[in-house]
Amino acid sequence: MSDETQNPLRDAIQDAIRSNDVILFMKGTPEQPMCGFSARTAGALQALEVPFAAVDILPDPRIRQELSALSNWPTIPQLFVSGELVGGCDIVMEMYESGELAELLGAEQPEGEPAPAEAAQAAPLSIENRLG
Amino acid sequence: MTTGIATKEELKARIEAEIPGASAEVRGDDGHHFEAVVTAPAFAGLPRIAQHRLVYDVFDGELGGRIHALALQTKAE
Repeated sequence: MSDETQNPLRDAIQDAIRSNDVILFMKGTPEQPMCGFSARTAGALQALEVPFAAVDILPDPRIRQELSALSNWPTIPQLFVSGELVGGCDIVMEMYESGELAELLGAEQPEGEPAPAEAAQAAPLSIENRLG
Repeated sequence: MTTGIATKEELKARIEAEIPGASAEVRGDDGHHFEAVVTAPAFAGLPRIAQHRLVYDVFDGELGGRIHALALQTKAE
């Protein structure tokens, strides 16, 4: 536990998770995702029109390392809602398709629309990489 | 067993050996990207995230490395 005081990056990640109701750690940005899994996950959030914060983990490999250590989750993307890890692409897409994600986020499920292949529009609120 | 190119047969065998009562269908032939559907009574009552963690735990440290991607679907039965 003594390493926690000497780990500003981990503290910054924890703080970002705590202070954003919906936050997605991804490769690239919602506007320019760098990985298909990240693109689909961001696209699901955008289809539900919920504001979310996004953190690009690519600029510094330590972000991913610290994030995975914190969340005990090995892969990217990772979606957190109200400080809790919801899951990665598989879980988020499964929840999107079943309507559970809309319910969790208090959003309205788009009618009869299949999951978006990629981001259709910019998120209403997007955060730059505040951990860099 | 955990070195060299990963195969769907290896992944299936390891999942079924480590998770009690599990049966796994694994697809993927490129040695890096796999898709698995895992059914196990051990998943009953667990949130999805915990179900997926049980499977990830089988490949501790190998995901993102030797096994580049493992798309997962889990079911209690």
